[in-house]
Amino acid sequence: MAHISVPEGVPGIRSLVMFRPETGQHLYALAQVLLRDPSPLSPAERELIATHVSARNNCTFCMSSHAAAARELFADNRSVVDCVIHGQNTVLLSEKMKALLNIAGKVQMSGKLVTDEDVAEARRHGADDRDIHDAVLIAATFSMFNRYVDGLASLTPTDPKEYEPMGKRLATMGYVLPKKPE
Amino acid sequence: MAHIDLPEGLPGIRGPMALRPETSKPLNEFAEVLLRGDNTLTRGERELIATHVSYLNDCFFCQNAHGGLAQHYLSCDLEQMDKMKIDPDTAAISDKLKSLLSIAGSVQKGGKHVTSQQIEKAKSFGATDLEIHDTVLIAAAFCMFNRYVDGLGTWAPQDRMFYVNRAKARAEEGYASYNPYN
Repeated sequence: MAHISVPEGVPGIRSLVMFRPETGQHLYALAQVLLRDPSPLSPAERELIATHVSARNNCTFCMSSHAAAARELFADNRSVVDCVIHGQNTVLLSEKMKALLNIAGKVQMSGKLVTDEDVAEARRHGADDRDIHDAVLIAATFSMFNRYVDGLASLTPTDPKEYEPMGKRLATMGYVLPKKPE
Repeated sequence: MAHIDLPEGLPGIRGPMALRPETSKPLNEFAEVLLRGDNTLTRGERELIATHVSYLNDCFFCQNAHGGLAQHYLSCDLEQMDKMKIDPDTAAISDKLKSLLSIAGSVQKGGKHVTSQQIEKAKSFGATDLEIHDTVLIAAAFCMFNRYVDGLGTWAPQDRMFYVNRAKARAEEGYASYNPYN
């Protein structure tokens, strides 16, 4: 049970933003800009960074829902998502994405751990300032979302099937603030 | 030197905020509601939570920028501010605020570190669901802001009085629509 009285039966962050739409509206706006609006990184790649950070933070709700979104967006290459979650090497992952995921993993632990060498490695494989900025901010943002979702002990479905429709919704509709059931 | 090319001379988060107005907008609107909006927690209490988390994350810019604001709102000196941010349990603050700072400290480690006992204790001192929610979200948010600032290797003035001296003007300016070039 969640630590506070959020709408019952609503999973994860959705229950929290229904409880507090004043802050929730801006969190959803941030997610939409960061994960969907134009960027040199595709929405699939950005969802992959979100999934990687959430897996490292052991946040089941965020990891499962963003992994589901990433699988939808990667379509035929969806197996890349589980490779990243389990730390397995795969030809589906570009050297540039490997370097950006490395930076995101450092940010997940602490911003101070990102080294000049980490950034130089990403640049060697074609990452520019914008790629690096977005990778850092996505990793930082999920260091927030993961703590928000788990810090209030929000409802976390355990059946992986429950995340598939969430992934489809996120892939097609993006981040739309959910409304409290009447 | 910062990891990416940022507008010169802007301290801390102001560099990336100036660089990427698209993400800055939701981030600043979020901070405005969370730290300055109508709330039973005072602005000083909320800035103290932000400062404590930024101290735990060892983010020099954030702990001094928000420490300066907390000091301004709470009308205390730098020494008292440091005591509160470093060891809130022995500081001259209410039991309720101590219990909320304890929750914030657990969120800093990871959302799952927050225990039901901590929540019960905060409630026993009169904390409401909304206050607990906002405490968790402020702590989570600063795990994001701290990582954004340090993950990009931003520059920060080392003279701590820089932050104390500009706090009053920053408090009047707010977060929603400030000019990062100021």
